Amino acid sequence: MAKYIVKRLLLMIPTLLGVAVLIFFLMRVVPGDIVELRFAGESAFAQKENLDKERARLGLDRPLWQQFLTWMLGIVRLDFGTSMWTGAPIIEEIKLRATLSFQLAVMATFIAVALAIPLGVVAALKQDTWVDYVVRIFSIAGLATPSFWLGIVFILMLLIVFKWLPPMVYTPFWIDPWQNMLQLIWPALAVGYRYSAVAMRMTRSAMLEVLREDYIRTARAKGLWQKLILSRHALKNAMLPVLTVIALEFAFLMGGLVVTEQVFNLNGLGMLFVESVARRDYTLTQALVMLVAFVFIFVNFTVDLMYAWLDPRIRFR
Amino acid sequence: MATRATVADARDVSGRGSWLSEVGDFCRQRPLGAIGAVVVVINILVGLGANVIAPYDPLATDYGAMLSSPSAGHWLGTDAFGRDVLSRIIYGSRTAMLVGFACAFFGATVGAVIGVTSAYFAGRVDLLIQRVMDIFLAFPLIILALAVVSILGTGITNVIMAITIPMIPRAALVARSSALAIRELPYVDAARAAGFRHRRIILRHMLPNVMAPYLIMLTAYLGQAILLEASLSFLGLGVSEPTAAWGLMLRGAAVQFAEAAPWMAIFPGLAISLAVFAFNLFGDSLRDALDPRLKTQ
Repeated sequence: MAKYIVKRLLLMIPTLLGVAVLIFFLMRVVPGDIVELRFAGESAFAQKENLDKERARLGLDRPLWQQFLTWMLGIVRLDFGTSMWTGAPIIEEIKLRATLSFQLAVMATFIAVALAIPLGVVAALKQDTWVDYVVRIFSIAGLATPSFWLGIVFILMLLIVFKWLPPMVYTPFWIDPWQNMLQLIWPALAVGYRYSAVAMRMTRSAMLEVLREDYIRTARAKGLWQKLILSRHALKNAMLPVLTVIALEFAFLMGGLVVTEQVFNLNGLGMLFVESVARRDYTLTQALVMLVAFVFIFVNFTVDLMYAWLDPRIRFR
Repeated sequence: MATRATVADARDVSGRGSWLSEVGDFCRQRPLGAIGAVVVVINILVGLGANVIAPYDPLATDYGAMLSSPSAGHWLGTDAFGRDVLSRIIYGSRTAMLVGFACAFFGATVGAVIGVTSAYFAGRVDLLIQRVMDIFLAFPLIILALAVVSILGTGITNVIMAITIPMIPRAALVARSSALAIRELPYVDAARAAGFRHRRIILRHMLPNVMAPYLIMLTAYLGQAILLEASLSFLGLGVSEPTAAWGLMLRGAAVQFAEAAPWMAIFPGLAISLAVFAFNLFGDSLRDALDPRLKTQ
């Protein structure tokens, strides 16, 4: 087991390195750079001299391999540098946004799990009845509805029915939990619905598979309570694949909520990403992509470990 | 696998009549899937015949009728430029279907070829391809799409590229795992023994046998591509004005005028949801019908 963990951890390095190379060169291929963008606002004919000076200050005049190497050496020391646009340390820029994204992801996960597991189990138990059909339609609709549009509909409803709008400025939870919840509950619901649809489908199909196992029949045959069979024998074994989707969706939420954040005017990681790409803020964009990729790879790794831990049938070499 | 091949052969021998009866069976056994298929067909027809069906020119502005609510003249109202919302939704269907089918087809096909190739060669080639795919998979779909759009610029062809590229590694993953099982089958050995080239074995002998997962991916990606296109267009990074596209219709003005003209924000979103819903409904039933494991249950 220890050997497996070490092997998997080591395998992360080439993948992360690949991500780094990819995003580094992708950003350099994007037409226009930060210096041009910054001076474009000031006058139509910016002095070439000034442009060059600014590029030199940001280190953009050095050969690409040198820039890449400097960046990599920084990352190894966990130093991500400063944002090219604001000049603030990248850790600071990301920290604020990340707390918001993280809280939203946690809230959406709660909503999704609360909806998905009971509904998925019921649908599996009542397979091919109207209950099953309703749950399935509800979940397919969840996959089909764009979260950002659901968000717009929520805002519209609040506006038209209650003549009220959720707060547009972010208040951290520890300052005013009530204000914080009032703002974040709506995007969490909009995102949580789609999320729950994914988890619900997985719960249903995993339950269906488990319920056909021999040990369930044995449990039934020996006259065990239905409740006990479900909770201790079936659900416990069906939870593994469900856990996987929940974990992967969570990883996605940390960086992929680009559009929903826009609708609710939330300053999360997704919004920061769009802004940093638009400003050609190389250092910030690179750091963000590395963060999101790391979260994703790490979650994948944790899920695999969880499998081994929770399911003794799985053994790793 | 072997039994499935013989079933397929028998089908071929019995001719075209059985193909129709198969469709009939599908409709009878999976009414939800049939409903989905009907809506999909309607969507395609609406997209194709947009210029005949739409009551107005989707680009024609009418400043006398800005933001007018749904009425007999404009069934779904007009937008901030006085353009007919219904006509724009109908033309938007064309954009959505074009992007959806193009992305799903290219994404699933290129992915399937890469996945099968990877499984066929195994060993180092497989390991290398898998690592490269891992790198792409570490990016969330929308972020990779955003990066590609920033490089290529907006516009419908570029949007198709931006959505297709992140789909390829996902398709490759699925195709590879199906192809790993096929690789071990005697007919692949036989083809190799007969001295066929790698390309021929991959394209003619292995690829047709991952058809079931391929079709499932294709339908699943259709819905996803439509959603992604809507997201990108909403951000202003997809199809650009004045082209009629559902996501674009929700952008900017729709949110600004939400209170005064809620129809602008509601109907395009409904169109997106309905189209994707239909694709998913159809895709789900198709998966149930094609997956032999589910069939026996």
